[in-house]
Amino acid sequence: MTPVPPSPASRLHWALADGATMTRRLLTHWARQPVRVAVGLLFPVMIVLMFGYVFGGGMAVPGGGDYREFLMPGMFAMTMLFGIEATFVAVAADVTRGVTDRFRSMPMARSAVVTGRCAADMVDAALSLAVLIVCGLAVGWRWHDGLGAAVLAVGLLLLLRFAFVWIGIYMGLTVRDPQAVMAVQILVWPVAFLSSALVWTDTMPAWLAAVAEWNPLSSTVAATRELFGNPGGGDSWIARHAVLMALVWPLALTAVFFPLAVRRYWRLDR
Amino acid sequence: MTFAVNAEGLRKRFRGTAALDGFDLAVPEGSVCGLLGPNGAGKTTAVRILATLLRPDGGRAQVAGLDVVRQAEQVRHRIGLIGQHTAVDEVLSGRENLVMFGRLHHLGRAAARRRAEELLARFGLEDAGGKPVKDYSGGMRRRLDLAAGMILSPAVLFLDEPTTGLDPRGRGEVWDAVRGLVATGCTVLLTTQYLEEADRLASKVVVVDAGRAVAEGTPDELKSALGDDRVDVVLRDADQVQAAAAVLDHVGAAPPEIDREAQRVSVPVRDRAGALAEIVRALEAAGLTAEDVTLRRPTLDEVFLHLTGTTREETAA
Repeated sequence: MTPVPPSPASRLHWALADGATMTRRLLTHWARQPVRVAVGLLFPVMIVLMFGYVFGGGMAVPGGGDYREFLMPGMFAMTMLFGIEATFVAVAADVTRGVTDRFRSMPMARSAVVTGRCAADMVDAALSLAVLIVCGLAVGWRWHDGLGAAVLAVGLLLLLRFAFVWIGIYMGLTVRDPQAVMAVQILVWPVAFLSSALVWTDTMPAWLAAVAEWNPLSSTVAATRELFGNPGGGDSWIARHAVLMALVWPLALTAVFFPLAVRRYWRLDR
Repeated sequence: MTFAVNAEGLRKRFRGTAALDGFDLAVPEGSVCGLLGPNGAGKTTAVRILATLLRPDGGRAQVAGLDVVRQAEQVRHRIGLIGQHTAVDEVLSGRENLVMFGRLHHLGRAAARRRAEELLARFGLEDAGGKPVKDYSGGMRRRLDLAAGMILSPAVLFLDEPTTGLDPRGRGEVWDAVRGLVATGCTVLLTTQYLEEADRLASKVVVVDAGRAVAEGTPDELKSALGDDRVDVVLRDADQVQAAAAVLDHVGAAPPEIDREAQRVSVPVRDRAGALAEIVRALEAAGLTAEDVTLRRPTLDEVFLHLTGTTREETAA
């Protein structure tokens, strides 16, 4: 019963079917571990409350707007960034525990391991955003420019997460040690703080402000502030082209890290 | 004879270190072959190449008559791999794991469910099928792992150290499961660090050292080649060690080894209980006081010393 070489159509069919099976596996994980999921979802909520109420009083907002209005788009984008850690840990754990090897020794579509991961992480991202939006509404944040612009903003946030998924998969396959998430955190936090997510870049020294404004995270933050009609626009070129850059940055990151991640996966046999 | 696994001159280097250095292996169809060797001998690398997870740098290998590099995808339809770590999903239940693996082997929904039930029954996991795997004992986990490797009734099953880290009971459970597989006609290639495990399961044992097969044969052939059980005598007085060694030299099948620090002399013997009694008598007759006299199987270290020593002599001759 040597199988005949599959046609491209059946390859695609199995790639999708196996990807769906993998996605279901990961979603079942979350359904079985509601406490872990809740903690994961509440962490950004906690940060919102901390920054919104503890530090918020001392924060300068351009035009004297409400800090929590300014903060929420930053929190949305930061949560997308922190997703790298979850992706990294899950991928590295599967590799070290031999689960990835088992999948690779099976006649399933090889792409399904990564596409399943990506799909599941996107579902997770959408869920996190939904929770944060409810949280935002509760602390007084609103979107002011209509539902269409707000939906577009959410789309940009998910696009950013999509790019970060591939960075997380690439790092997980490269480092192969879930304990190394500490190192990932050390990389992720400065990226979060050196951006316009939490503070207005005008309060930083000029050179630092430039770094922060060219941080990919800042472009998505600025674009979503613009689309939600929240305060915090800047005058620099990149700030004035925030929506464009919120497309360019994630697409560029994906263009770099998607091939790297796929190549790394294929090269597990070297 | 047809071989389910046939490897010739496999080579693999990792960062300049040779993991496999001209590794040959031929496993007849329907048999159980044990790769026996210490950590780092290259056993796992060999299994990973044969299971299409690694590309060899040189040499070639066929599994179920298919080339592991050029026909890797077809090979994957014919094999099951059970790696060193249990690679089942901890959060899902045993049943869900098997259904998932069935789906990934491209069984239909109903067929995957049916197969899961069959395998749960076969590996004695019907009652635990609904529980999450993280609540399983080590032996149960490993059995589920075996079941997951058996979804398509593979022609060749690779087991990489299937009982490492299991308690004796779990080990027994896994051994029974492996024997059950062989009864169905499956060819099994397993790696192990335990002589006893190879002895219990394998019809042929290949001893691997430094990336090569250094000896092979049935467990009985290997054991007689590597010699016999050993008697360890621990003396009360350090100055009696030399005299005791002289006594043991008469009784033993080979010259004794002396460990002065432990005040211990150890010697291989043929006639187990008889030799033990003779040693006790001879020590007494010579007026030597033994703190402890024990009969034991050779350790893996001794097996390897013996085997690698033999190979070196043969090469020199």
